Amino acid sequence: MGYEYRMSDAQDALFKTLADPTRRALFERLCREGEKTVGALTARAGVSQPVVSKHLGILKQAGLVRDRHEGRQTHYSAQLGALAPLIDWTREMAHFWQSRFDDLEDLLKRMDQ
Amino acid sequence: MTDTPTEMRSVVVEREIAYPTEKIWRALTQPHLIEEWLMKNDFKPAVDHRFNFSADWGSVECQVLEVEPNRTLSYTWGAHGLESVVTWTLTPTSEGTHLRMEQSGFQPGQRLAYGGAKAGWPRFFANLEQVLARIE
Repeated sequence: MGYEYRMSDAQDALFKTLADPTRRALFERLCREGEKTVGALTARAGVSQPVVSKHLGILKQAGLVRDRHEGRQTHYSAQLGALAPLIDWTREMAHFWQSRFDDLEDLLKRMDQ
Repeated sequence: MTDTPTEMRSVVVEREIAYPTEKIWRALTQPHLIEEWLMKNDFKPAVDHRFNFSADWGSVECQVLEVEPNRTLSYTWGAHGLESVVTWTLTPTSEGTHLRMEQSGFQPGQRLAYGGAKAGWPRFFANLEQVLARIE
């Protein structure tokens, strides 16, 4: 059978990175509210600054945020392009089902009434 | 895809098929037939029945949600740490059957790989719907 239903490494990494609720909330806020300093993010994150910094580091590694240093402050912003694998995944699922439909039709042709 | 912010992203595939609903229903519900076009499985058309689809790359954990013979079949689809619902709808037409598959409600599976992620995914997708639409 010629089906493929597999997540790419990029999709897997993206889902894993965003699986953590605190990380997801930080990323969401940056998406909606634009660039923020670590301090500003910590003020409403409900966790300590070192924890926020750790999560931002993981988001940065996944390419989901970018940092910019200005004086003693580090500003973070969301990188929307990094969400592309999520869209690809939906598209690939559609593709997967299209090819399942093809095989289903082939089977129906072979089946007895 | 949907514009409604409260809804999740979903995948819909529809096709007109030149066979009666009864025949398609058999292909959707008999394990040896399902295997021919989808994957190996231990499916039973019984509500709450838990089953797996398996392939060389891994398996999909499922549970039957709804069975209405020749009309509707729906089951959960848990794979890659995300749980979704697959719903088959069969509508008789003059030519045969209109077959529709919708996979929706992607959310973290309770017992699957990425523990710790609770109900946040649906909200996340909903919140980012516009963001995602922009980069599409």
